[in-house]
Amino acid sequence: MVIQAQVRRRTYVDSIALMQIATALKGLPGVENAAAVMATEANLQLLAEAGLHPGEVTAGAEDLLLVVQAALPEVARQALQAAEELLTARQPTSLAFQDSGSPATPFTQPPHSLEEAARRQPEARLAMISVPGPYAALEAEQALRAGLHVFLFSDNVPLQEEIALKQLAQERGLLLMGPDCGTALLNGVGLGFVNVVPRGPIGIIGASGTGIQQVMSLIAQQGSGVSQVIGSGGRDLSREVGAMTTLAGIRLLLKDEETRVIVLVSKPPAPEVAARVIEEAASGSKAVVTCFLGADHEALEQRYGSRVAVAHTLTEAAILAVQLAASPSSYHTATTPASTIAARLERLRQTCAVSSANGHLVGLFAGGTLCDEAMQLWSTLLGPIYSNIPLEPAWRLHESSLTALPGHCAIDFGADEYTRGRPHPMIDPSLRLQALETVADNPGVSVVLLDLVLGYCAHPDPAAIYAPVIAELRRRGPRPALVVSLCGTEGDPQRLSAQAARLQEAGATVLTSNAEAALHCVQLLYEQEESGGLA
Amino acid sequence: MVSPSTPEQLSPSPFTVINVGAELFAEALRAQGVTVTSVAWRPPAGDPAALARLLADPAIDRANEIAVGRMLAAEPVLVDVQPAGAVIPLFREAQGGYALLHAGPPISWERMCGPMRGAIIGACLYEGWAGSEEEATHLAETGSITFAPCHHYDAVGPMAGIVSPSMPLLIVEERVHGNRTFAPLNEGLGKVLRYGAYAPEVIERLRWMQEVLGPALSRALRHIGGLDLRSLLAQALQMGDEGHNRNKAATSLFLRQLAPALVETGTSSTETASVLRFIASNDHFHLNPSMAAAKAMTLAGANVPNSSVVVTMARNGVDFGIRVSGLGERWFVGPAQAIQGLYFAGFGPEDANPDIGDSAITETAGLGAFAMAGAPAIVQFIGGTPADALRYTREMYSLTVTTNPQFSLPTLNFQGTPTGIDIRQVCRLNLPPVINTGIAHRLPGIGQVGAGIVHPPMECFTAALQALADSRQSA
Repeated sequence: MVIQAQVRRRTYVDSIALMQIATALKGLPGVENAAAVMATEANLQLLAEAGLHPGEVTAGAEDLLLVVQAALPEVARQALQAAEELLTARQPTSLAFQDSGSPATPFTQPPHSLEEAARRQPEARLAMISVPGPYAALEAEQALRAGLHVFLFSDNVPLQEEIALKQLAQERGLLLMGPDCGTALLNGVGLGFVNVVPRGPIGIIGASGTGIQQVMSLIAQQGSGVSQVIGSGGRDLSREVGAMTTLAGIRLLLKDEETRVIVLVSKPPAPEVAARVIEEAASGSKAVVTCFLGADHEALEQRYGSRVAVAHTLTEAAILAVQLAASPSSYHTATTPASTIAARLERLRQTCAVSSANGHLVGLFAGGTLCDEAMQLWSTLLGPIYSNIPLEPAWRLHESSLTALPGHCAIDFGADEYTRGRPHPMIDPSLRLQALETVADNPGVSVVLLDLVLGYCAHPDPAAIYAPVIAELRRRGPRPALVVSLCGTEGDPQRLSAQAARLQEAGATVLTSNAEAALHCVQLLYEQEESGGLA
Repeated sequence: MVSPSTPEQLSPSPFTVINVGAELFAEALRAQGVTVTSVAWRPPAGDPAALARLLADPAIDRANEIAVGRMLAAEPVLVDVQPAGAVIPLFREAQGGYALLHAGPPISWERMCGPMRGAIIGACLYEGWAGSEEEATHLAETGSITFAPCHHYDAVGPMAGIVSPSMPLLIVEERVHGNRTFAPLNEGLGKVLRYGAYAPEVIERLRWMQEVLGPALSRALRHIGGLDLRSLLAQALQMGDEGHNRNKAATSLFLRQLAPALVETGTSSTETASVLRFIASNDHFHLNPSMAAAKAMTLAGANVPNSSVVVTMARNGVDFGIRVSGLGERWFVGPAQAIQGLYFAGFGPEDANPDIGDSAITETAGLGAFAMAGAPAIVQFIGGTPADALRYTREMYSLTVTTNPQFSLPTLNFQGTPTGIDIRQVCRLNLPPVINTGIAHRLPGIGQVGAGIVHPPMECFTAALQALADSRQSA
């Protein structure tokens, strides 16, 4: 086994692209392991931990480092060469000195800074920023000062910087979506991880990307459409940030003629922030649906129920929004828990009360909010749900315990511990696939739930990856039952029906509502007990 | 409490987006028919929070306007040539003790590189302070010689930049702000003091320059009432010079303007002919007047409180140093870098000394590599094409505060050269300025072995950025 390294001086390539290159190298025959990183101290340490220390090579944070571990030196050398070719194919986004434009063309090189890009493109209205966290505030501030709305995908932005940026946006009359904003849709243009939906009467403001995607997809599936989607970032509804982006978004939607219903999607806001947000949203002539996952919904209904529709799940939020958009007079009736979800939950509650589950339920999620929603539903029926993002501190599940499960589990593969040094599971499914195999081999597991999110920026064909694995598991035996929560639309590049058909054919049950999928899993858990009892 | 304003209506669809970071997002937007400009981003240098503060600081922008305004307004006129001892206060202050000026930021004898040590030995022999190499080395080692950077006395010297009291210095008078700047006379190529040579013929040539060349130039310059260097440089830029590595046009123009006066004020035709022949045989003769002119321009922009404009870039063969207008006389240094370039036959990178000399003052003033678009022949040194020359100049516009309309570049549609390097932009883009330069042999006395391009180390700029941030914070 040999380790070979190569350095590209002063070349920056974004981490997603680098991880894709590393993944491609790992797939080459004879290559044991490979990495493509900017040679920061943190990354060098990660390499050392992964047994990929490049040895004598000197490289700094500005240099791109390629490391390959292979059986033979020749294989490693060829892999490094392949990496160089992949990188070269990526020009002009890296800054190697290879431009040779003719004097006649004024801009032969890509702009080196956001300000320069804004000068060249005065008609630009929005900046999409996804640089590493420590630099994100600087870029966002430059964008705001250049008069651009900002979609800030970067996370790990310090809270004080977020507040300062949002104040600056406010002063300039601009919208700062994020930090940690995954999804938005403005004037028909989807930004980030977003589904293709018809235009329509429902405006969404949300702190969570996959939560928004679920609501917008279900709105489209019901034949309605979306006017604008504004992402606020995960901390916007905290006391410190005070919902600056959400409030700006609400004012925007109140003025937007196309919008008839406003849907607010988030984790429970700080109480005083919730009051301000709901007051503001309900101040206009538009119907309002709140979906604060994990909030005390009864308290919300008591306090605000006369002015807003309180949804308990993302699915209910979509149903209520479509109803309200179709007939605003249905406002009060819509707030009664008439939805199928609530009714089903009630029926299952009765089942759970008289019998006990056979085996364990395991959810393997790419979307944190979808994971959270499933856990909320499961815990009311099944008690403790162990997770890396637990509802209760006592239910914390550690990565090492994936082979020996303490009970029902739900794992968010989009959480930091799983995305350090590799792409999000919505882009790169490899880690979750491994987990699926491990969990399926566990005789104690009787039902597995997977979420698959379609749309722009997500994996171009998740069924191609998951269907063969599901089919293989089905060949091995009937257990565990496999349920897919498939979030997407017919308009998505992957096409919802095509993905669903292939997953079903492979042997999975496919539901497009995450809440319904979660409840279906519980039902299977009890049905399996009955069939097990008969055998 | 700021009263919350409402974002204006979003732009009409479809809108244009600027993408900074993952290309994935740009591709998704393009798939929707949206126009996306992707930024070739790389992490900025230095503390991003400090950088954000400084970029948003209007006091710095105002100060920079003043600094570059002064640089552009400067009128450098070459008025005379006089012995260094008569014009550099250090040599009077030394009061019989020995003193020498050198290139770059301050450095002690112990840390000096080969060419600089060789030049110091040569200067000691030339001044008669020592009779041999050993005696000269002994003087330096025992601390008998005071060393100071040329820049501390408003002088600039190419390569080792060693100036001793008897050497004739060009005197540039800056007519608008009243400064005077200085540079030694260029000795030509080959075995010369500035590359560390101190053989008898080197010393002999220095004597001739002191006794014949200097006085002849002095008489001629006084006779014509001075030579407008800004105008001469502007013409040279349009004739294929960039004012640092290519000085053919400027040298020719200089000779054309001064030749009649040299003849008229000459003491004998033999002597005058030797002066004319000396200048005509050295394509780089005008490098030194250009450097003194560049020093006069940048000095005009120095010491403007809060300004982030670079007013000095200089190297001593070991350290690269910069000084910034709003940060006074303080040097910010980092290691001098290896030069990427072409070598003369028989030499290679193993022979090269790291970057050396005060000549980067030309880039500081918007000449040299910053004007490379006007000097396409130069790029052959780095194996490039004329398109590369355009690219180098174009890149520098993103680092500078303004353009100099007096130094216009025909190849860029007569756009002025990029002028006034802003340390904030250097850090923001993590893009150090580019410098054209000669390569000195690392051993004394061998001379120039090649030419190419070099960059300052980024730490000069990140340290200066931090100092400026600190000074703004305490203000």
